[in-house]
Formats: sequence, C-alpha cells, structure tokens
Amino acid sequence: MSARRDAGALTRRGLVLLGAQGALMGVLALRMRQLQIADAERFRLMAEENRVNIRLIPPARGRIFDREGRPLAVNRQNYRVAIVREGTDDPEETLARLARLIDIPPRAREKALRELRAKPAFVPVAVAEHLTWEEFARVNANAPALPGVEVEAGLTRFYPQGELTAHVVGYVGRVSERELKEDGGRTPLYQIPDFQIGKSGVELKAEEILRGEAGVSRIEVNALGRVIREFEREEGKPGDDLQLTVDLELQRYAMERMKDESAAACVLDLTTGDVAALASAPGFDPNKFVFGISSKEWKALLDDPHRPLSNKTVSGQYPPGSTFKMVVALAALEAGALDPAERVFCNGRYKLGTSWFHCWRRGGHGHVDLHQSLAQSCDVFYYEIARRVGVEAIADMARRLGLGQAPPLPLPAVRSGLIPDKAWKRRAHKRAWQIGDTLNAGIGQGYVLATPIQLAVMTARIATGRQVTPRLVRARAGLPLPAPEFAPLGVSAAHLALVRGGMFGVVNDARGTARKARIAQEGMEMAGKTGTSQVRRITAAERAAGVIRNADLPWERRDHALFVCFAPYRAPRYAVSVVVEHGGGGSTAAAPIARDLMMRALFGPEPPITAYPPDERRRIEEERLRPPAPRPERPQSDRA
Amino acid sequence: MTFRDLDRDEPATLGAKLLRFNWALLLLVTAVACVGFLMLYSVAGGRLEPWSARQMVRFAMGVALMMAIAMIHVRFWRAMAPLAYLGGLALLAAVELFGSVGMGAQRWIDLGFVQLQPSEAMKIALVMALARYYDWLDRDKVSRPLWLLPPLAMIALPMALVLKQPDLGTALLLGAGGAVVMFLAGVSWWYFIAAAAAGAGAVAAVMASRGTEWQLLKDYQYRRIEVFLDPSSDPLGAGYHITQSKIAFGSGGLTGRGFMQGTQARLNFLPEKHTDFIFTTLAEEFGHVGSLALLGLYALIVLFCTASMLSNRDRFGALMTGGLTATFFFFFAVNMAMVMGLAPVVGVPLPLVSYGGSAMLVLMIAFGLIQSAHVHRPRRGL
Repeated sequence: MSARRDAGALTRRGLVLLGAQGALMGVLALRMRQLQIADAERFRLMAEENRVNIRLIPPARGRIFDREGRPLAVNRQNYRVAIVREGTDDPEETLARLARLIDIPPRAREKALRELRAKPAFVPVAVAEHLTWEEFARVNANAPALPGVEVEAGLTRFYPQGELTAHVVGYVGRVSERELKEDGGRTPLYQIPDFQIGKSGVELKAEEILRGEAGVSRIEVNALGRVIREFEREEGKPGDDLQLTVDLELQRYAMERMKDESAAACVLDLTTGDVAALASAPGFDPNKFVFGISSKEWKALLDDPHRPLSNKTVSGQYPPGSTFKMVVALAALEAGALDPAERVFCNGRYKLGTSWFHCWRRGGHGHVDLHQSLAQSCDVFYYEIARRVGVEAIADMARRLGLGQAPPLPLPAVRSGLIPDKAWKRRAHKRAWQIGDTLNAGIGQGYVLATPIQLAVMTARIATGRQVTPRLVRARAGLPLPAPEFAPLGVSAAHLALVRGGMFGVVNDARGTARKARIAQEGMEMAGKTGTSQVRRITAAERAAGVIRNADLPWERRDHALFVCFAPYRAPRYAVSVVVEHGGGGSTAAAPIARDLMMRALFGPEPPITAYPPDERRRIEEERLRPPAPRPERPQSDRA
Repeated sequence: MTFRDLDRDEPATLGAKLLRFNWALLLLVTAVACVGFLMLYSVAGGRLEPWSARQMVRFAMGVALMMAIAMIHVRFWRAMAPLAYLGGLALLAAVELFGSVGMGAQRWIDLGFVQLQPSEAMKIALVMALARYYDWLDRDKVSRPLWLLPPLAMIALPMALVLKQPDLGTALLLGAGGAVVMFLAGVSWWYFIAAAAAGAGAVAAVMASRGTEWQLLKDYQYRRIEVFLDPSSDPLGAGYHITQSKIAFGSGGLTGRGFMQGTQARLNFLPEKHTDFIFTTLAEEFGHVGSLALLGLYALIVLFCTASMLSNRDRFGALMTGGLTATFFFFFAVNMAMVMGLAPVVGVPLPLVSYGGSAMLVLMIAFGLIQSAHVHRPRRGL
C-alpha cells in the first residue's frame, strides 16, 4: 500500500467522521429549535409557574449584657397560634374553640377571620402571639379538636431589667412602613412578617452588630405559592452579643434613688471612660413596646411632664449654672487674666453699664480668692473674670473640656448642648454679642447648655487632665474592646490643681456649698461643684420684694439642681454628674444623690456607714432597712 | 516514507513556527472562552467572583501552555506518547488508592494549584498512544485481528479504571475517542458494526444486572438513565435537573431574556449552574440565537481542526489531531445533548465554558498538541 493511497484512505475516513459530526450537530441545532422556538411559550410559562422561593430564616439577635455579664436584653421563645383555612372545614368554629382555650380579644378574632377569608387557603393566619407555656400546652393537648390550628415557636426580645436600663438598651419593634420605604427593598429581612429591629437606644444604634445574618431556606413553590418542598436550608449567623460598660447594680441604685424625680445621673470610670451608670428617671418598660403598647399607655407616657421616654442623660440640655465656673476659671488662668492669689470683692452685685448682675448671696461674699469663689460659688467673682477673659476663651476652654459637642455614644438623640460665641450669636440671633452675654455665660446661664453626660465628661477631664471620652460598649461577641488611651488636655497641671482644690472646698470646707455631701472616709474624699440653674427670669420687682423660694413655685418653674463630682480627690477614679429637673438647689437636691452614687461606685453595694458624714448616717441606715423596691412587672410570657 | 522526506517542509525557527501557527483556531478558542467568562459572570449574579475571574486566569495560563506545547516539535510528542499513556494509567490507579472524594466519586488529585482529574488527562494520552501505535504499525496489518488486540487493551484498561471511580460519562468518552482514532487509522468497517452490536448487548446486560449481586453501575447512575428515558416519571426527584434544564432552555425563546436576566439558573434550580449546566443559562439569557452561535463556534473549531488533519502528511500528527478533535466534539455534543434532554445526565462539562481548572488545563493541552501537529506538519500534495 503506497503512502498516497494510505493518505487517501485517511482523508476519506476523516471526511466521513466530519460528516457524522456535522449530522450530530444538526440534530443538536434542531433540538434547540424545537425547545426554543416551537415549545418556547410552554417553557416560559412553566418557568413562571415553577419558581424557587427563597424564604428567610431570621437570625437570633445578639444579646446585651451589663459589665458583669448580667442580661439586659435577651431572646425568648414566643409561641404563636395560627389557623390554616384549608385545614379546617369551619374556620369560625375552630376559632371559637380556640378562644375557649386561650384569651383572644374580640378585635383580634375579627381581624383573623377577615384575613382567613382574604388570604389563600393554605396561608397560616396568626391568631394569637406571646402565649404562655401553659396556654401553648393547652392548645397542643387539644390539637385533635382544633383542625387547621398550627403552633409555631419563634424568638422575641425581652428586657429582664425592665425600666432600669430602658433608655440605654432601648427596645425593638416591628419594621414600620416608613422604614420599609426608606430601605427600598435592600434589606430582605425586613420582608419577614413581625421582624423586629432596634427602635431606640443601643438596640437602634448597634442594629447591624446585633442583627446577624439571615439564614436561607430554598423552597420550591407552585404558581399559587404553596410550598412543594425544601431544597436546602442554610442557618443564619446570629448577631454578636454586646457587653455594655453599665453596671446594673449601680444603675438600679441610681434609678431607685431618683424614682420620684425627673432627673438624670451619669457615672464615668476615669481610667477607661466606661459609662458605669447612665440613668434617666423616670423610666419606662421597654417590654411594652415589644409586645405592643396600647394607645392609652402610649399617650400617658407622652403626656407625662417628667418625660419618661426621653433619655435625659444625653438628650436633656440644661444651663450648667455654677458647674460651669470651673471652665471660666480655667480659661482665665490659662489666658493669664487671673492671678491665683488675686481677691475679688463681692458685695452681692456687679455693675455693668446701667444694669446690675446679682450674686446668689444677697449680702455678698466679701473678698474672695479662686478657692473660695468655687467653694462658696461666688457669682460676682465670675462676672469679673469672665468679662476680663472674654467669651471666646471661655468657649474654647469649654470645648476642650468636651462641652458643645455630642459625645460619641451609640445612642440616638445624643445632643451637643450649646457653647455660645460671637459667631454663633450672629448666626443664630442676627445680633451682636453683648458683654452682658459674657457675664451670663460666666455663671453658666444665658445661652450655655450642657447635657448631664457632657458635665460628667467635663468633670472627668478636669479630674484627670486628660481627654477622657465616654464609651458604652465594653466587649463585642465576647471579645473585649481595647481600652482607650486618653491624650493630655494640654491645660497646665498647676491650674487644674487650683481648680480641683476649689472643688475639694465645695464639699469639704466649712463654708462649702455641698458640705453635707462629703465623704467622711480618709483617702476617699470627694471634690465637686454645685449648680443651680434658673429656668425663669427674676424681675427687678421680684428681687426687690424678695426672691420667691423654690418650694413656693409651681414645679415646672423651679430651678434645676445640678452637681458634678469626682473621687477620690487624690487619685480620681470616678466622675459623677447629677441633674434634677426643677429640683431646687444643687446642694440639697443633686449633691446627696451624686455622693451616694459615688459611694456605691467606690465601695460597692454596701459602703461603710462611717464613710457618710455623721448627720447623714441615720437616713442611710433607714434606707437600707427598707425592703428593696419590687421588680418591674413582667410581661405575660415570662410565666413560661 | 521516512522523516527525511518530510524535513524539507519543516519550519526551523521560532518565527517560522509562529507564522505557521493556526491563529484562527486560537481566536475561535478564545471566543468560546469569552462566552464562558460572560456566563460565569452572569451566574455569579453579576460578579467576577467567585468564578469568572479565576476562569480568566486559568485560561490565560492555558494559552501560554498551549503556545509552549505548539512550539515543541510533534516528533517529541510522538516520542512522549507511550510515557504519557503509562503516566496517565498510573495516575488513574493512584486516585483509586488515595484520590479525594468529590461529589460522591473519587476523581481528583490535588496538585496544589489545580486539582487534576487523571481521567481527563487520560483522554489525551490515550489518543496520543493510539496514534503512535498506528503510526508505527504497518498499514497492511491494521485490520488484522491480532493487531487489533493491543489498541483494544489500551482502550479497555483506562476505561475500566474510570468506570470503577465511577464515572460512566468519561469512560464512554474515552472509548469513543479511542474508537475514532482506530476508525481514522483505517480499521475495517465490519469491526465497528460488530462493536456497535456488542455495545447494545452490553447495555442490555448492564440494565439487566440492576438489583442483582453483580450490579455493574451505581444506583444513581441507573436512576439517571431511567429518568433520562422518562423525565416526567419523577419531576421533582431525579428528573428534576433535566426538567428544569429544559424549562430554562426553552424559556429563552428566540432572543432570550437578556444578559443577567435569567431566572431559572439564578434561583438555583440547577445546582451545577456554573459547571455542567452552564449552557442552559446561556440559552435562557441569549435564546436560540445565542445557543446557535455557540454551537456555530464549536462547529468552526471542529472544522478548522479537521482541515488541519486533512492537510497533514504526518500520520501520527493527523491521527492525533483527528482523535483530539473528536474528543473535543464529544465533550460539547454530549453536554449540549444532556442539558437539552437528548442524553442522560453524565457529568460532562461544556468545554472552555464550564468552570473548572482541570478540564481547562486538559483542553488547552489538547489544543497545544493539535497546534504542534499543525505547525510542524509536512503538507500534503494532494
């Protein structure tokens, strides 16, 4: 056989092979034509009808704990009862039987019946939620008599501490229409009926950390939406747990101590900036919001003049009054406008042009130096040095101490207060700044506003000389966050020491304004500053007739009582701020609360009785004998 | 005919080799690979990750490998053929012993950068070895029964190992590839007719063995065959893939739903949407026009390769080209037939399009060998 003949054979075979391949490809092309042209309509229809549905499995929300690991927000089983229309011959009768076993309000029954009629026969319609274990068991036991009744268990949020931490932890609720619209369908979890998201407090601000990731269950459904089968199930990723810096016992004490007031208290750990207590009284029960609050209860909360829904520690803005005097003193010392040894004469009033500015003490304080001006809270001294140093220097010092800016806390409605300066007044009031405005600012009145947390930060910064910044979260998913390092304030240590000395005098000097609120134990001494901020204008006529005593005024026109402090004086560990709205004088209404909180922070739940000043010991002992306040009422399902 | 006769026509320098390189074929291969990138991007929901970008890198590496192989003289590959075959057999035996288990079958050897599927590599090695055999064998002896035994053994040995894995699809493709080389080599028609009859008998035997102690296939393979014959017998069970694949395919219509608009694949009807069932996504999104276009591209590749084979006077090169071309053809034809419900679901990827490093590697080696045969071919004076 020659090479040529052989090559010819290979060509023949090759062409035969090519022909066969071509024929097969022709078959493939014909099949494509059949499927995609001839039967396209049929398959397109099948594609529409026969769809895979993705059903989301809500993730377990991250829990929230206090600094000792005590639960503040947890998830608990929520038993629900639903009726499937196709499962029963007579849905109305089934519903009636169910109503004999568990409590279903008539309104809910009507709603369920309406939904049962409107929705497809296989869709479960929720009839009752938050069943107790007993109710759940009763329904289960009677299952044979209840055709079409389905019982489901899900998770719902519960706040075991009730109103104690309501403002900090916040609460969750259903996704509102507005949130759905703003989200624009980006968050598939929002589509889950009854999915709960943070509405307030840390629950709101740490929503993304707490939420976790949805699981997915892929199910096949037919054109009607009936589930045919589940292909696969991918469990979600639960949200991260958060540990707050708040100490529940301290928080509890603060809330109980202030329960009859409209007040706010903050306790800051000076080394870490940890917010050990952030109490705003009165509180409210966050569980009511989770379980659905009645419009009556809601209205009562809104109409309460003590504003229980507001977190006053970060949202309440008050004129800081005399607690602002440290700022003015530091501004003057740093600017060289005040000699530490200098004395200013106070005769009870200060003249500026044609008008008079009054000291709270009608007779005046006589000659006062810096230490006495703080200890006795002389107003005239501060009119004088505020005028000397000017508002810009005061505003600058205030900002360095953390005022006039919102502290970086994961809470909603954290307000920034107000530190006025010339530019601000031109912008906001379209008028030039007056020297009188400076004088008012010098005693923390006029335009100046601060929140209780800002006052605590200010005190912390004075006490440490460092830029202490508050933090509320201690650990995420069990991992502690790094302890922050605070940079120095850049204020002269000698000047800070002078001001701290004055604050020591406030509490410990014989003539200090808050002597009753001192700590009697050596080495634990406290330094502080009282403040009483006016909420009304005292007219010349009233002043002439004698200023009306707070007790004689209606509540809402009384002065706010303020107190800030830190302790121990020589090695500061905590700073406390207390604001009692319309409480009267800072020394009487706010200082004792602040001191008692400080004692608990320093000594734990049972501070030694000898650490209290002798005239306070009886009251404290009586307080300890009193039985503890009853726990907040728990919602129904807690019986489970 | 000796090599000295052919040497006149051979390109000596790299430049001359590049000049004779089959650039049109590379262009076609690249075009098909680009379709693959596009579809992988689409099934990932419009993301390069996790498939498309990695596939691009693999393809780029594959092109480099192909060029390198093409530049080496086909003589070298002929010399390597027995070694490649024995190496392939050794690897097949190795996966049997310590290969990892993927999708219920032992098929992979992890090389670190890519998971090698020895059964894929065997497709090439077998074709090479058979081409070498028939190049060596006197033409007169091609159809003598005694001389048929070595090639049959060469085919049967790897087939048996692959069947044991078990991978029915690859085993059948191996057999078909080998048969094509024998056919091209000039083995008498009668043998093929006889083999077809024997095959039918074997199928009958396999089907009959079901449920007995000496059952030849795994249960899932029987189910696939059964469902292939009648998909509607179990539309939500084993017939699910075929039914859904047909729905996806058909719902594309003439022009398709548009790029990234396919619903069937994206909603995970098809668990292997990025590998074996990627053609359905293409059909759903680009319709009849798109699927015909891809088929056209494949047809052109087959045509170009066949033309190269027909113009090659070197017997080894021509036989190898023909065998590899047929292997490539079986690849896409079986995959397309499978997703269109014309063949049982056997787990054959769509060449150059389906995601997978092993298949890509093997295909690019195959094209490199075809190119090497093309570049170094002594042209035929017909």
